[in-house]
Amino acid sequence: MTALTREETEALIQEVLEVYPEKAKKDREKHLAVNDQSIEQSKKCITSNRKSLPGVMTIRGCAYAGSKGVVWGPIKDMIHISHGPVGCGQYSRAGRRNYYVGTTGVNTFGTMNFTSDFQEKDIVFGGDKKLAKLIGEIEQLFPLNKGISVQSECQIGLIGDDIEAVSKKAAKEIDKPVVPVRCEGFRGVSQSLGHHIANDAIRDWVLPRRDGKAFEGTPYDVAVIGDYNIGGDAWSSRILLEEMGLRVVAQWSGDGTIAEMEKTPYVKVNLIHCYRSMNYIARHMEEKYSIPWMEYNFFGPTKVAESLRAIAALFDDKIKEGAERVIAKYQPLMQAVIDKYKPRLQGKRVMLYVGGLRPRHVIGAYEDLGMEVVGTGYEFGHNDDYDRTIKDMGNATLLYDDVTGFEFEEFVKKVKPDLVGSGIKEKFIFQKMGVPFRQMHSWDYSGPYHGYDGFAIFARDMDMTLNNPCWSKITAPWLNKDGSLAEKKAA
Amino acid sequence: MALRQCALYGKGGIGKSTTTQNLVAALAESGKKVMIVGCDPKADSTRLILHSKAQNSVMELAAEAGSVEDLELEDVLSVGFGGIKCVESGGPEPGVGCAGRGVITAINFLEEEGAYDEALDFVFYDVLGDVVCGGFAMPIRENKAQEIYIVCSGEMMAMYAANNIAKGIVKYANSGSVRLAGLICNSRNTDREDELIMALAGKLGSQMIHFIPRDNAVQHAEIRRMTVIEYDPTHKQADEYRALAKKIVENKKFVIPTPITMDELEALLMEFGIMEAEDESIIGKKAAELAAA
Repeated sequence: MTALTREETEALIQEVLEVYPEKAKKDREKHLAVNDQSIEQSKKCITSNRKSLPGVMTIRGCAYAGSKGVVWGPIKDMIHISHGPVGCGQYSRAGRRNYYVGTTGVNTFGTMNFTSDFQEKDIVFGGDKKLAKLIGEIEQLFPLNKGISVQSECQIGLIGDDIEAVSKKAAKEIDKPVVPVRCEGFRGVSQSLGHHIANDAIRDWVLPRRDGKAFEGTPYDVAVIGDYNIGGDAWSSRILLEEMGLRVVAQWSGDGTIAEMEKTPYVKVNLIHCYRSMNYIARHMEEKYSIPWMEYNFFGPTKVAESLRAIAALFDDKIKEGAERVIAKYQPLMQAVIDKYKPRLQGKRVMLYVGGLRPRHVIGAYEDLGMEVVGTGYEFGHNDDYDRTIKDMGNATLLYDDVTGFEFEEFVKKVKPDLVGSGIKEKFIFQKMGVPFRQMHSWDYSGPYHGYDGFAIFARDMDMTLNNPCWSKITAPWLNKDGSLAEKKAA
Repeated sequence: MALRQCALYGKGGIGKSTTTQNLVAALAESGKKVMIVGCDPKADSTRLILHSKAQNSVMELAAEAGSVEDLELEDVLSVGFGGIKCVESGGPEPGVGCAGRGVITAINFLEEEGAYDEALDFVFYDVLGDVVCGGFAMPIRENKAQEIYIVCSGEMMAMYAANNIAKGIVKYANSGSVRLAGLICNSRNTDREDELIMALAGKLGSQMIHFIPRDNAVQHAEIRRMTVIEYDPTHKQADEYRALAKKIVENKKFVIPTPITMDELEALLMEFGIMEAEDESIIGKKAAELAAA
């Protein structure tokens, strides 16, 4: 392993910054750091959640993406209207791998596109009437929907349509929740504000619906919050919680329903997987309903066992025993996975650049396989994300916030990791550079990666990518390794 | 004669629509081919020419037909007094939608449909009082109105507005060929009004192109949904609009304005006795406090 020293990493950052104009350099410098585990607060070493620089090829999304794409979209029995011109809804339709059970068009609607398809006249005269009509049509065509959310595209904010008034009126008429969400894309610096806005809409329009109503609870009720069930992640998580004796009352929002969301204020503990996108609602429920919440991490057997014990510690001995029983049951299975793959992956170095929780959460899973994460960063993280990351990353590793296309490529060229984990936009660039790559948003058509079952798949995927024979064929037959033209063999 | 495109701006309620229509009627009377494009969701820029309450507007018809592409030019264009062609952009009721986008859509439609034909001598845009967003600046962007006339009076707020509009013209003048062509004083019978507007025009680097005295004949004509030119062509007020029309036809003074600062404007108002010198000691004092002092 050729780990960089602190000085070398610092020099690398300076070298990459060198090409920027003075002003851009000054800005980007604050977003790049060498990790130092002794630092208590990340704000001392890295700046985050700031506007991206024009011209740098950021990898961020918008507030609409954060609300419609992430938080609301997976609620499967509701219909989510993309309110505005057709594109936002069409290009965010069925793109995310949040698995669900149900029959599309009957009782689940996640892969369909419902849009008000704004035209010039709707901009000029306002879209309120069209929205009201659209809700009526939805109710007629898809009567089994359990509610509707109105996801605002940019134009709604510009022309100031009163979607709240339309929603209230429509909710009365169809006797179902209609939730207006002010997630216009131009708000905020990334999709992160969209998560917050979506959380606030849940707080104001969903959670109070069952206030004061009867609920048959148990002392072991929990909610899984911030698991989007990518490739079935939430399913491979909830079986562990259930196996240790807990009752999962609600799952947010992968394979989730509005009824589950409404029941969440009755649980004993909120378990948060994606802190970034759902901490707001967890804090709200703590304040209003006195429900404690905790973050957990279900990537890799070490973190799973740690998390199961931490969760059990909030309950009685029955659950504590349950956790130990679950850990003991899966331990030999996990050992078999590690025995199989660790020898093939030991010492390999990984660079990550992902979204909400994975830049730090998957570190443990790689470590279980003997791999090291040598660089990581968040698209839209805040200080509290980096606070948590500093302790998980090794000293002198690279941290990059809202990394630019140029920086990421340069870092990879210089650090020469054995594997890069990021998104679809990065995938083919790195593959063409001859670097093995895994999509760490969508799991590359694979998954789940959460829980014990997920780890077996994770380990297999990393192995088959890293040790794929194609990487030895990356140099063209007429070129030398360094790219120079090979001498022709005598005929 | 090449087509000249002019736009009238000015504070809300100053009389832009009335002035435009009387002016255009005078131009038509003298044989000019003219079109009016109303850029105000109220759609009241052509009523005196067409003797109607409000013309069917481009946006209104587009909403009915489905989209603006479904319209033909003849659907939106009406011909009134003196062969004057009339179009209203139209727009939403107050408080909904985006009126500015309506202006943009309507003007683009007119261009694409060839409303600005060779035979026209003048196009006049009558624009909503405040240029609140990009939509209402549409008439002064590239290849649209080249001459801006600001309608104002000797009242303080009208002059503030005129100066602000001049600032807007500077922005577009630097990137295109729009120019300030003059101030039209629509009299409110304030003291030394003509001198004051001439002084303001001088500071802006422009001219007061005409002083229109106040006369009830205008209101008498309006009640009948007519211009003075049509209602009572022999009235002396009709001659005022004819004089304005003649000056505009002959106008050659097109400038990039030099807007003045608030301090300069206030100094001008004080010079003419419209504003008192500021008494620093009374600022922020309530009536009771002043009485006690």
